[in-house]
Amino acid sequence: MSNKKKNTTKNPVILFVAKEKEPLFSKKNRALLSDPLDDNNPITVQVLGICSALAITVQLKPAIVMSLSVVAVMAASNVIISLLRNLVPNRIRIIVQLVVVASMVILVDQVLRAYAYDVSKELSIFIGLIITNCIVMGRLEAFALGNGVWKSFLDGIGNAAGYGFILILVAFFRELLGSGKLLGYQVIPDSFYEMGYENNGLMLLSPMALITVGIIIWVQRARNRKLIEKN
Amino acid sequence: MEAYFNLFVKSIFIENMIFAYFLGMCSYLAVSKTVKTAVGLGFAVIFVLAITVPINFLLDNYLLKPGALSWLGDEYASVDLSFLSFIMFIAVIASMVQLVEMIVEKFAPALYGALGIFLPLIAVNCAILGGSLFMQQKDFAGIGESAVYGLGSGIGWLLAIVAIAAIREKIAYSNVPAPLRGLGITFIITGLMALGFMSFMGIKL
Repeated sequence: MSNKKKNTTKNPVILFVAKEKEPLFSKKNRALLSDPLDDNNPITVQVLGICSALAITVQLKPAIVMSLSVVAVMAASNVIISLLRNLVPNRIRIIVQLVVVASMVILVDQVLRAYAYDVSKELSIFIGLIITNCIVMGRLEAFALGNGVWKSFLDGIGNAAGYGFILILVAFFRELLGSGKLLGYQVIPDSFYEMGYENNGLMLLSPMALITVGIIIWVQRARNRKLIEKN
Repeated sequence: MEAYFNLFVKSIFIENMIFAYFLGMCSYLAVSKTVKTAVGLGFAVIFVLAITVPINFLLDNYLLKPGALSWLGDEYASVDLSFLSFIMFIAVIASMVQLVEMIVEKFAPALYGALGIFLPLIAVNCAILGGSLFMQQKDFAGIGESAVYGLGSGIGWLLAIVAIAAIREKIAYSNVPAPLRGLGITFIITGLMALGFMSFMGIKL
């Protein structure tokens, strides 16, 4: 009798864990999407992905195309790496990540060449540089290697959106102030020019992209004081 | 000889990787807190750029370009593998970075410790891949030119990162508005430096 009792109180083998199923858009998952837009923005807070970001922000259109390409590449490669995360040996993970990202970028590049050739020409080498965009690698390393597929997908979309948001913001100001146009259409009326308004040609040059980002960081941190750095 | 010299000066000053194309900004912003580590990373970048650009030039000309395979025979002359160039370039770069990492670890352990995570990150430094992609776009005539271009852009990168590191060391003592501290002011300084570098654009070479 006692023997039998002992047996039953022994830890039963757990065959199935009735884990509480997380809804697809739980609070945590929504935070994955919304955090990178402000509190944890890849460009202004994590300092990732500035490399290819600034040179293509002279006009709005290439900036939008670039943002969409980065969203596609990041979502796809985050999902793939997250699927592979238990199969890839730690030592060669960088190469594996590079290969996955590079193949995704090749796909995006070929699609752009086929359907939007003029934009693809304008972006020149910067589509290729998505491979080495630190934000892609950074998120793969920091997130996709340790998290499930759906979460990695959301993280990829969120971070790419945060990146695209800054990109589009910078491009908006540069195109508006630099050439008085948005998406190629003139938005500043002719009467302004007759009154003596001049386009600020400096905004079209590369230094002003850096200064614009500097000012965006300034505004963001003045609003959100917990992001201020110590020294 | 003069052409080489012109290209060298052009790639350092006029087409500076950082101030004209914003390439390699991530490590530029992250490792520029002290001059010493900045110099270390700068030399690593020069080394990797000067090696990978000519290697990728050979790859491009004898493997990837449309018609590059004609040395195999006439039937290969129409093969165009240029869509593979991203993946080939990045593979060459990743293996070269591994090599540099091993060399630095063996001969300069202190530098290895100081560079830490950023040494493997050279592989994803946009300046390196950017150098190779620009080389492909500019269609250089020979391996010499591409080597000079790689070396020059590396030196330009070193110059930029050492300059910003020196400025940041000094700016630690000044009273910057709180929300601008750190990243914000670094961006603005880089912008001002880029304005300065634009004065080289007038040079016709």
